[in-house]
Amino acid sequence: MTTTVAQTGEGTVSPYALSHLDALESEAVHIFREVAGEFERPVVLFSGGKDSIVMLHLALKAFAPAAVPFSLLHVDTGHNFPEVLAYRDRVVAEHGLRLHVASVQDYIDRGVLKERADGTRNPLQTLPLTEKIQAERFDAVFGGGRRDEEKARAKERVFSLRDEFSQWDPRRQRPELWNLYNGRHAPGEHVRVFPLSNWTELDVWQYIAREDIALPRIYFAHEREVFARGGMWLTPGEWGGPREGESVEKRLVRYRTVGDMSCTGAVDSDAVTLDDVIAEIAASRLTERGATRADDKMSEAAMEDRKREGYF
Amino acid sequence: MSTVTAEALSDTTLLRFATAGSVDDGKSTLVGRLLHDSKSILTDQLEAVERASTSRGQDTPDLALLTDGLRAEREQGITIDVAYRYFATPRRRFILADTPGHVQYTRNMVTGASTAELTVILVDARNGVVEQTRRHAAIAALLRVPHVVLAVNKMDLVDYRESVFARIAREFTAYAGELGVPEVTAIPISALAGDNVVDASAHMDWYGGPTFLEHLETVPVSHDLAHCHARLPVQYVIRPQTAEHPDYRGYAGQIAAGTFRVGDPVTVLPSGRTTTITGIDLLGERVDSARTPQSVTVLLADDIDVSRGDLIVPTKDAPATTQDVEATVCHVADQPLTVGHRVLIKHGTRTVKAIVKDIPSRLTLDDLSLHPHPGQLVANDIGRVKIRTAEPLPVDSYADSRRTGSFILIDPSDGTTLTAGMAGESFAAPEPVKDASDEDGWDF
Repeated sequence: MTTTVAQTGEGTVSPYALSHLDALESEAVHIFREVAGEFERPVVLFSGGKDSIVMLHLALKAFAPAAVPFSLLHVDTGHNFPEVLAYRDRVVAEHGLRLHVASVQDYIDRGVLKERADGTRNPLQTLPLTEKIQAERFDAVFGGGRRDEEKARAKERVFSLRDEFSQWDPRRQRPELWNLYNGRHAPGEHVRVFPLSNWTELDVWQYIAREDIALPRIYFAHEREVFARGGMWLTPGEWGGPREGESVEKRLVRYRTVGDMSCTGAVDSDAVTLDDVIAEIAASRLTERGATRADDKMSEAAMEDRKREGYF
Repeated sequence: MSTVTAEALSDTTLLRFATAGSVDDGKSTLVGRLLHDSKSILTDQLEAVERASTSRGQDTPDLALLTDGLRAEREQGITIDVAYRYFATPRRRFILADTPGHVQYTRNMVTGASTAELTVILVDARNGVVEQTRRHAAIAALLRVPHVVLAVNKMDLVDYRESVFARIAREFTAYAGELGVPEVTAIPISALAGDNVVDASAHMDWYGGPTFLEHLETVPVSHDLAHCHARLPVQYVIRPQTAEHPDYRGYAGQIAAGTFRVGDPVTVLPSGRTTTITGIDLLGERVDSARTPQSVTVLLADDIDVSRGDLIVPTKDAPATTQDVEATVCHVADQPLTVGHRVLIKHGTRTVKAIVKDIPSRLTLDDLSLHPHPGQLVANDIGRVKIRTAEPLPVDSYADSRRTGSFILIDPSDGTTLTAGMAGESFAAPEPVKDASDEDGWDF
């Protein structure tokens, strides 16, 4: 039995309190089951990153011994890490899941989207994502977003209503009371659902360690050829780096987040095990996104603006 | 967080708490101080705040920018919505529902308090208990938040005098007691100077209690629901229909209150059919018993009709079902709630049609007086409501169970969440402080 009875200090031992991971797990499972009970066509956004991997693990537990009653959706920027795509395909096959892919490269090849001058494709994900949601008529879209990631996300509901253009309007949010989530929506609208809302980066890592969940190996320290741009270590590739004047060197690094190669930076690290990673995160003085995401530094409200447009 | 080690983090509990305070009593400073002194603000966040403050021509970093996340909030310098923040100490993880203090945002305090196990009510030591303090105490009492902390702030501005603190604590505790608030902990602090927030104050030798953070770290959590009436709202029926599990039929849900054991005779509501629990699966593992707030799947002896929306309860402790719900509500939508309004009511996992039959009174939070037959409730109003439901619901009194005594009303036309409801009496009758031995055993 994985449930632990936590002791909180002198004289305050409560035999009834769940450990924080058990409490977060139970809440996330409740959210998955609410969606399964109330929606027609839910889908789980799956990038092969640690948050979506934890979401899938929770969904597997929530419906065991039955299969997960959702399909997966990956927004492929065309600049993904090959290790992560391999991981994605492996888990899809292992659990007999159905995978939908919305491809940014397709949109660029068709001339619908234009490559940006700075080479990042993160903002380009919004259109393929929202069109896929409409085309497949998904009415609930699970995302791995956590409120601790960013100040606009701190205002996000667990059930977040999006209009037919997938837009987020912070002033139109429904109050969320007790655990009585309101999933009502008009045809064409959908609800973004965030089961990991109340988790922090550290919680995610502790849970991965407790449940012994396999991850793509780029999350652990490894020798990698990188070059410096905008204060981050980026992986060279056909996506557009290094440019002239940027030099490649071999460093011991790992990734704290996994996203588009053009804007996701590696951090110097010698953490090779889960325990090493947890110790490193606990001691870090930088947030996950502050350390590794270039696109969030574009403006003070970069995330809010992307979310309003339909980004997850 | 630099002092937190991986080992120390492995076995902590989670405390959800909410803040309430009026505009100038220093709530942002307290939240900022708490995050800062517990080393929960990271370098890049602080840098972003410094950058934004400088670009606005401010001399010092404006810590409110840490918490005001939306463009409109930063532009107007106000907080318009509940934000959730996270921090940790070696002893506990915290989820803070940071709620705006303006009176017009009563609904936000209700939202924050609905999931909180502790509410912090801030008072300016120079002003003492004011109308706004009484409002906050009343909402905490209505929502039956198990623990209330009175943080008497700005003690530095009253020369750290014990008499000032003692007078305010006495007045507040008496008022809260009348409302039936079960427990008040009063702490003298200065959020600005850092006295008794994270570190003990050097200026108040007369105070022998815990600092604010120590209290948050040690207050008991989740002890109140595990030994009340057991309730399991059925969320989803799990039927694999595979070669490996041809006959598995499990009823999945999060235990809303109490404890269930294998062998318990249970009744399924609203049908009233009875059977016995033959197995409990705790996320893939077979267990003998499970308690709130665990998410489980139960297996029953008889193949009776059970579906989403049903409530599984112990046969010896089943609530009555009713189509007439009387409740205290907080109206949270901009459009008013009127007599004759056709709504949906979501209670547990069940959503049914309902009609507002009567609004007998509206509560004036300032003096707790009742305004009879107001005709309607507008945003932020708290009042009594009588609702007739299309199907019988097993509604507990909110005093007995915050989960199965609560509900929301939804507008059937556009899905808006209209109203937060708490069934039964509004305020608890004052009761003697519970003996600690009540909480020891597993049996009830």
